[in-house]
Amino acid sequence: MSNDDQLEIEVNGVTLPARKGQMLIEATDAAGIYIPRFCYHEKLSIAANCRMCLVEVEKAPKPLPACATPVMDGMKVFTASARAISAQKATMEFLLINHPLDCPICDQGGECELQDLAMGYGRGVSRYSERKRVVRDKNLGPLISTDMTRCIHCTRCVRFGQEIAGIQELGTTGRGEHTQIGTYVEKSVDHEMSGNIIDLCPVGALNNKPYRFSARAWEMTQHASVAAHDCVGSNMFAHVYNGIAKRIVPQPNEAINETWLSDRDRFSFEGIYAADRLQSPRIRIDGEWRDCGWDEALSAVAEGLKGIAADHGPEQISGLISPSATSEEHFLFARLLRGLGSVNIDHRIRRVDFHGQEADPVAPGLGMTLADLEAQQALLVVGSDLRQEVPIAAHRVRKAAVAGADVFFVNPGNYEYLFPVAGYLDTTSSSIIDELAGLVRAAFARTETRPDANLAEVLAAAEVRPEHEAAVAKLIAAERATVLLGLIAGRHPGYSRIRMLAAALAAATGAQVGSLTEGANSGGAAMAGTLPHRICGGAAAETTGLNAAEIIAAPTRGMVLMGIEPELDCANAEGLLERLADTLFCVVVTPFATPAMETYASVLLPVGTFAETAGSYLNAAGEQQEFSGFATPVGAARPGWKILRVLGNLCAVDGFDYVSAAEVTQALAAVCEDSEPSIENTGQLAPAVAGFDEGGLRVPIYAVDAVVRRARSLQLTKWGESVPDISKPADAA
Amino acid sequence: MGSEGSGGPVVFSVSGHVNRPGNFEVGLGIPFRDLLELAGGVRDGRKLKAVIPGGSSVRVLPAELILEANMDHKSLQEAGSSLGSAAVIVMDETTDMVRVLERISRFYYSESCGQCTPCREGTGWMNRVIGRILAGRGKPADMDMLVDVANKIEGHTICALGDASAWPVQSFVHHYRHEFEHYIEHGCSIVSQQSAAA
Repeated sequence: MSNDDQLEIEVNGVTLPARKGQMLIEATDAAGIYIPRFCYHEKLSIAANCRMCLVEVEKAPKPLPACATPVMDGMKVFTASARAISAQKATMEFLLINHPLDCPICDQGGECELQDLAMGYGRGVSRYSERKRVVRDKNLGPLISTDMTRCIHCTRCVRFGQEIAGIQELGTTGRGEHTQIGTYVEKSVDHEMSGNIIDLCPVGALNNKPYRFSARAWEMTQHASVAAHDCVGSNMFAHVYNGIAKRIVPQPNEAINETWLSDRDRFSFEGIYAADRLQSPRIRIDGEWRDCGWDEALSAVAEGLKGIAADHGPEQISGLISPSATSEEHFLFARLLRGLGSVNIDHRIRRVDFHGQEADPVAPGLGMTLADLEAQQALLVVGSDLRQEVPIAAHRVRKAAVAGADVFFVNPGNYEYLFPVAGYLDTTSSSIIDELAGLVRAAFARTETRPDANLAEVLAAAEVRPEHEAAVAKLIAAERATVLLGLIAGRHPGYSRIRMLAAALAAATGAQVGSLTEGANSGGAAMAGTLPHRICGGAAAETTGLNAAEIIAAPTRGMVLMGIEPELDCANAEGLLERLADTLFCVVVTPFATPAMETYASVLLPVGTFAETAGSYLNAAGEQQEFSGFATPVGAARPGWKILRVLGNLCAVDGFDYVSAAEVTQALAAVCEDSEPSIENTGQLAPAVAGFDEGGLRVPIYAVDAVVRRARSLQLTKWGESVPDISKPADAA
Repeated sequence: MGSEGSGGPVVFSVSGHVNRPGNFEVGLGIPFRDLLELAGGVRDGRKLKAVIPGGSSVRVLPAELILEANMDHKSLQEAGSSLGSAAVIVMDETTDMVRVLERISRFYYSESCGQCTPCREGTGWMNRVIGRILAGRGKPADMDMLVDVANKIEGHTICALGDASAWPVQSFVHHYRHEFEHYIEHGCSIVSQQSAAA
């Protein structure tokens, strides 16, 4: 920014710095001078339609809207002069004449921008004695409730659709006083970030449907937390009443989720209170299940695991843990299993191709911040249904595309993107690998690179099409270009080939390689050592144990499962339940008890979900985020780290004397101190896979983990219908 | 052609209570009396009551003011109105000004696009209050409130439709307040009583 852009304005007699091109309200906001507003929102375009921010500007014949008045050097502004206040009060009176006086039964009451400003700018008694407008409510689907009579037509929700979501689901119909916000044709609002219009709506017109009438804003306590369903870790606030989570709202963090939250992160918490929540530890004795106390359950687990180790050898114990468990849980889980002598530990439960896992990044991830992702000029997205996998990352990619970046997709299908896509590289008649090979060959030809022996074999059969050449040209021309591997790529049976080709393509075109990762904490899991070939901190393990695919294909005699429903969360899970039923001792640390678990488990231990435990996540941008539990654990559930700590003690494993999650965090940090979370992604050549159904690698947005699968409102949405029935909560209509 | 500050010709579109309504292309600055003569004078030899000289959005002028004015920017401004679109609406002595204002305000109510608050909400408010007065259900406090609402729309909207909806209300009440008050007090028009008396 050059000094030419700097100028000075005078607001209420105080000189303020401002930047050329800024609107007045941005300069006053930055200086902490409040101007009332409804339609203005820093993330949306300027509408200037509410007229609440009218201020007096010297020499202007009329009051001017601060949101749409550019700053001028030396301009004199009065935000609270008699003229400004009179204009603001006039607007307030107009807004209120047709607004229902139903604050006592409105969920927005107590946190309503209209209510708040009416305190300062409204009249005590209305002069309006005519009939008030009444507007028919709309059915926008299971997530957003409407009371359209309350609408003040600020159009923030409309602009959100146009500018942020990229699909205009809401619009205005009618004119004048009869203007209405709606979908025109009756339909639900389906975008994966649609819940944000609840926060954007300054009044109670659009509200949180699952939360409707269940609490008042001032009765709840607010707790900062981190979202647990994708690899960005959106920051959020949980609003809790008597220990029960009532709703989730975004916590602004420009580096991660800006001011947004995906619907999955906002509404998933409903799953915490699903009917099949495990209320107490349960134990199976002689084939009969019964509830028991923690002491009995934990002793049984310790005895069971020690028994397997003694009778069959510790290599007959394996552990699988959810990639969305906290780093602390991963750390203690790995320590427990290694302490028992087992090396069969994994969190990569949806991955099937482990060739070259030694070259995996110490902490897989994007290798860049989300802001960097947004700043890319060319992006090749490989194997990702971006919007469903990581909605916030998809939003950043959308922003890049809207700003002019060329975004190419290599996917098993042409998933819908609400931004200009430079090219879908067709895989309907080929595979991701064939398309990538074509791209690499085109890149090598263009840059006159010679492939090494490994690559030469793959490239020999590759066909180069003009669209490959076009995409490669864009990647080379762009100053900032990235090859982004998605979750479909990571689950692909030819993953090692995919990433080798991606690395070769990136090297030849001068692009970076980044990966989206499974769950909320794949990076943290890798650092904490829930891997068969690495210990905590990323150093190679002395002995490489069984990986997730091997464990799933042939479970060992003793099994420890944490935070997963293996038949739904693991790759190649056909027949897994029967195989698990053949194990000798299987302990499942789980928030939920399913009929399936009762067929194979020996002990069920109720564990707290992300809402009920303290811990930390390492997101795909390399940011470590700590959080504490915000809800009272359901039933006898305990935080995972506490369960593992006691198990460690009972199994006489060293290093389990922690009294708080923070101590575990510190211990983990101490081990990882010297580990660089590298993002190198080379890989080695694995046998080719052919004839595989790539489309089957896609996990629907609301099927990613046990909590989301039980979030009733999400399951009622358009996307929820694609979830297998088994995952639907029993009480969902 | 034209007058100082208002050069050139203009097409006046004269409508209302005149004998020969029509479009008249003349030089700007023509005295209103001459324009009225071109349009054949007030119909049936009645007395002129008021004129809206520039389309329904500009301020109304009573006969005594418009009869002294020339049809150009400066002169009409001095008289308290403006040239607007040069659509001249002539009203004779039988005109019920409350009824006229109700009609004009209904026009702006239904033309408001609804984008910005003061016009979206205010035009309907004004129209309802005037309609209520016309129906004989007005209250004394309505008069000041009506002007206040118009003042709060004027100058606060994105486009000029807000101003256009406010000016007729302000000027009708300013010049013909007694007609509104008669409605409020007696529930009927002062005009019909006058004609009944005549």
